[in-house]
Amino acid sequence: MNKYKNYLLGILLAIGFVSCSNNQESASKLLINEVLTDNVTNFQDDYGIHSAWIEIFNKSYGSVDLAGCLLKVSNTPGDTTVYIIPKGDVLTSIKPRQHALFWADAKPSRGTFHTNFKLDTERPNWIGLYDSGNKLLDQITVPILDADKSYARIKDADKEWEVKGGSIAKYVTPSTNNQTIDKNEKVEKFAQHDSTGIGMSISAMSVVFVGLLLLYIIFRTLGKTVYRNKKTDKQPVTNMKQEETAKKTVECTDEVYAAIAMALHEELGGVHDIESNVLTIRHIQSPWNARYTALRVAPEKKY
Amino acid sequence: MGEFISFIVNNLADFWTYTGFCNATPGHLIMILVGLLFIYLAIAKEFEPMLLIPIGFGILIGNIPFNIEAGLKVGIYEEGSVLNILYQGVTSGWYPPLIFLGIGAMTDFSALISNPKLLLIGAAAQFGIFGAYMIALEMGFTPSQAGAIGIIGGADGPTAIFLSSKLAPNLMGAIAVSAYSYMALVPVIQPPIMRLLTTKKERVMRMPAPRAVSHTEKVMFPIIGLLLTCFLVPSGLPLLGMLFFGNLLKESGVTRRLAETARGPLIDTITILLGLTVGASTQASEFLTFDSIKIFALGALSFVIATASGVIFVKIFNLVLPKHKRINPLIGNAGVSAVPDSARISQVVGLEYDPTNYLLMHAMGPNVAGVIGSAVAAGILLGFLM
Repeated sequence: MNKYKNYLLGILLAIGFVSCSNNQESASKLLINEVLTDNVTNFQDDYGIHSAWIEIFNKSYGSVDLAGCLLKVSNTPGDTTVYIIPKGDVLTSIKPRQHALFWADAKPSRGTFHTNFKLDTERPNWIGLYDSGNKLLDQITVPILDADKSYARIKDADKEWEVKGGSIAKYVTPSTNNQTIDKNEKVEKFAQHDSTGIGMSISAMSVVFVGLLLLYIIFRTLGKTVYRNKKTDKQPVTNMKQEETAKKTVECTDEVYAAIAMALHEELGGVHDIESNVLTIRHIQSPWNARYTALRVAPEKKY
Repeated sequence: MGEFISFIVNNLADFWTYTGFCNATPGHLIMILVGLLFIYLAIAKEFEPMLLIPIGFGILIGNIPFNIEAGLKVGIYEEGSVLNILYQGVTSGWYPPLIFLGIGAMTDFSALISNPKLLLIGAAAQFGIFGAYMIALEMGFTPSQAGAIGIIGGADGPTAIFLSSKLAPNLMGAIAVSAYSYMALVPVIQPPIMRLLTTKKERVMRMPAPRAVSHTEKVMFPIIGLLLTCFLVPSGLPLLGMLFFGNLLKESGVTRRLAETARGPLIDTITILLGLTVGASTQASEFLTFDSIKIFALGALSFVIATASGVIFVKIFNLVLPKHKRINPLIGNAGVSAVPDSARISQVVGLEYDPTNYLLMHAMGPNVAGVIGSAVAAGILLGFLM
């Protein structure tokens, strides 16, 4: 048994090692995705005013609530403004892979999505997003930007940032994907490079074979170990009592048990009549159970 | 009085517009005939009755004509209707994993554990999926659609539904009906291919009896199987996770009630709902298209490729195996994961040539390996194309 445990542990450790050696990206579900510091003619808020804005992206495939999270901004060392995102507003729940836009207009009375700070257009702005436990989720230092230009991740949740605006390829995208998704890249790639499907077939069949081959190797090794252990168990032990030895050495295959069961079924089949699981003893007529033998002789009146 | 009669007549005329007689189209009638054919095959020929009866009756339900503009909320594609709510299990993809839970709880992997090399036959038979994928691409389907169609070759209804609901939801009805139809036709499709690809000598080849499998091995199989396959193909997690979980319930020996529920009432309930809603989803307007005909043709082809590749693989494999460990090529067809029908075909064809050569237990190995293989293949397709 210890051997099995060692095998299993070895496999798990190997898998764990391989998995952990990869560089993992940030585990945070919420990310700062795009920032516009100088809004002249860009997106307007509900009041029709052009204000700076900060876009937050939920990169996960489940809804995440921003309520209680903190947005911190600083453009001078030691001077940080904190905006606590209010609780009790259903709109703070961001749907999977969706965005929330906060207006940096220093007018929090205008609603949940209006912060208590403004972004400086003359200096770089550091922006941090914290969870309700004040744990840093994401941060970015936004450089000085021209009017109506944003600083954004190239794609949603991408590691790389760039300045957007002013060209057709790089456009400002408040409350929407940083790069418009109008096609499935994977499918496009397959359609372009593997129009016959041979590449897919080779790679997929390789994975299927590798998976099942690994299972084969593991269970072949495991089976051999079990078989070897059984053989060891079957060695007669002279000091053992006869009964114990017999118990250890008698190992039957499933076929033997099946054969015994079928023979028993065939043998006992006659005992049952119709219903299963109910034992019915058939009535057989013989002089021993004849009705007349069970009756007493009719009493005779003697005078 | 005349006004009243006119009111009654108008009322009845209005009612007439709601009836099936008024809204029937030739498409509806064709689909109703298809449904009746399924029911006939299930009852008279006993072709997969557990599947064809719900699907066949579902086709009847789905093709009762009604006035769509009336907003009666009775159609399967009308949001909020009873059928639409039941159909969520298919579109959201949670019926197939529950079916897999039941399959896991009723499957005995002993034959596979005792002779693990049979796993490779299960892998080889997945060529059917990718063969059909390539042909589908040639026929003009997109890679996503081709992947969903190809999975018919896996001969696994729940897997086909699961994958098509993700990759090509508009083709799901045709794919599901095609997959289940060909699974029912396994006794017709496979034997000629098996005979064609094997010699008489190969057909009577005897295999050594499988060894007894210990309880520890049986318990370890679902755990190691899950960890290994899902680390490799995480996208197959819903199917593989449930399959191995169900098997652990069975083999642990301490969760007998849970295992019995999974392989009994639960799988029966889901089979009823899945079959009925998949059948109902084949509304004439959605189903009777040229694509459906192409899907049916590709489905048949994928079964043929899968069967042939399983048999051929065994023949090639035998070249490297020692003589006493060689495999009867007649069990190669069982890599097509229509459990247990394809294994039964191996047994039946084998008995035709040697009435004392029982291949069923050996064929169950590649058969259950095929279930794992097709779920892995589905995961790969999902990972590549989603």
